[in-house]
Amino acid sequence: MIRFLIRRALQAVPLLFVISAIVFALVHAAPGGPLAMYLSNPNVRPEDIERLRRALGLDRPLWEQYWSWLGAFVRGDWGYSFSDGRAVFVRIAERLPATVELVVVSIVAALALAIPTGIAAAAKRGGLLDRVLGAVATTGISLPTFWFGLLLQMLLAIGLGWLPSSGRTTPGGGDLVDHVRHLVMPAAVLAFVQAASWSRYLRGSMIDVLTQPFTVAARARGIPGGRVLLVHAFRNALGPVLAVVMMDAALLVSGAVVTESVFAWPGLGSLFTEALARRDYTTLMALLMLSSSAIVALNAASDVAHAALDPRIALT
Amino acid sequence: MTRGPLWLLACLLAAALAAPIVAPYAPEQIDLARRRDPPSAAHWFGTDDLGRDVLARVLHGARVSLAVGLLSAAVAGASGIAIGGVAGYAGGVVDAALMRGTDAMLAVPRLPLLMIAAALLEPTVPMLVVLIGLAGWMETARVIRAEFRTLGTRGYVESARAAGAGHARVILAHLLPNAAHAVEVSITLAVARGILLESALSFFGVGVRPPAASWGNMLYQAQASLATEPWLALVPGVCILITTMSVNAVVDRTSWK
Repeated sequence: MIRFLIRRALQAVPLLFVISAIVFALVHAAPGGPLAMYLSNPNVRPEDIERLRRALGLDRPLWEQYWSWLGAFVRGDWGYSFSDGRAVFVRIAERLPATVELVVVSIVAALALAIPTGIAAAAKRGGLLDRVLGAVATTGISLPTFWFGLLLQMLLAIGLGWLPSSGRTTPGGGDLVDHVRHLVMPAAVLAFVQAASWSRYLRGSMIDVLTQPFTVAARARGIPGGRVLLVHAFRNALGPVLAVVMMDAALLVSGAVVTESVFAWPGLGSLFTEALARRDYTTLMALLMLSSSAIVALNAASDVAHAALDPRIALT
Repeated sequence: MTRGPLWLLACLLAAALAAPIVAPYAPEQIDLARRRDPPSAAHWFGTDDLGRDVLARVLHGARVSLAVGLLSAAVAGASGIAIGGVAGYAGGVVDAALMRGTDAMLAVPRLPLLMIAAALLEPTVPMLVVLIGLAGWMETARVIRAEFRTLGTRGYVESARAAGAGHARVILAHLLPNAAHAVEVSITLAVARGILLESALSFFGVGVRPPAASWGNMLYQAQASLATEPWLALVPGVCILITTMSVNAVVDRTSWK
């Protein structure tokens, strides 16, 4: 187990290296480079741009720039924001709790939706409930996240006035109830989209297990169907599903960007869109590197979880 | 399931192709006397904040969405088949290098990556197709590589080699046709994903730029007036949903039984 973790960590190093090259190349492939936005600004004189270019080291060879950026990044020096001059590390640390809160709550909610619906659909495969859930799941997978957010805002905030349309707390206020009321819609959007695919995946995994001899044998021994379903089948179907849940981390990152922007949730996702609007490339690169590293880590964790739940799988 | 989704897609495609003929108004025709009109007999889906007909804009937006969805999936499929095929066929160091690259691309979240690329490059629609395609080849590459590796050990491939078939012939006549069915699902999924990505990019103002109409940028404009003109947000969103659902239903038909 420990050897596996060490090996995965070592494998992750070249992977992150390649990712960092992709991210770096992307920002520098823009016409005019990272300073492109100043080039079109009539208030910035050409000699200022030249000075900035030298100050930021953009006149050095590309590989040298990459190397010093990477070296600084690894040491935790993520540079200073192009838009407000504050340290990128601090700006990210400020926004992290809001995102963690939103993502954790929506994952829990998504599992709470996906597990019972997935089991019920597998138990009566092809039945009415299965087909309805299948249709709901296809809708969830096909739904543009941002539009679903707009719909909820129109219905629950503007139409019925039940929930606040955006933000994390009411300015000035901010007790627990207020906080929860703000969290409901963004978490629901993120949860529904995930639950749709996880529920279908659990169904498939359950059906696989239910056709295996040991569940048939359990039933033949007179164990009630419900117990076979919930104890024998579910326990064995859970492994692949948990693996998928963790593999979907990349989707959650994209989902958080969209959801946070629609609901003005002050987390990393809205920091990303703000940075994008200002072409704040130091912040953008740090956010992209961070989320990619998180995804790589979760993929490794997913292998561990899968193996822990299924002893037939060896960690290699 | 029935052939419903396929027919629906065919209708959408026909409506998109015929948009200049069937649309009741020009999509960029401004009518300041009829701004923000709710749906009526003259404007079935109402008008937007510049008095442009929403039906006409939705029909023209369909051209963008479907073109981006289909063509970006084609780009993604072609690059995925090329990269996965080379990796699976060559094996060894080439395989290892290409697959590490694939892993790296899979670990970068797709939408944020595309948002940065689109914000920096300010792409035209053909550029957008290429960008979205280049962000979506990894799944196909993995499937094709796996297929090539298993097929490569089969007897008929070996006997073709023994009979003197070159690399090109082995790949084109023996491996690709037998691996093709395996990538159908990943390429069809790429169509729906391409449509969703285009709409998301345009929604964030970095995809298709106004005044050209796309479903995503119509929603971007609708966001400011959800309370007073809800039809502006409902119509394009329903269009996206119907399209992606039909594509995904086609996938279901081929993959789940």
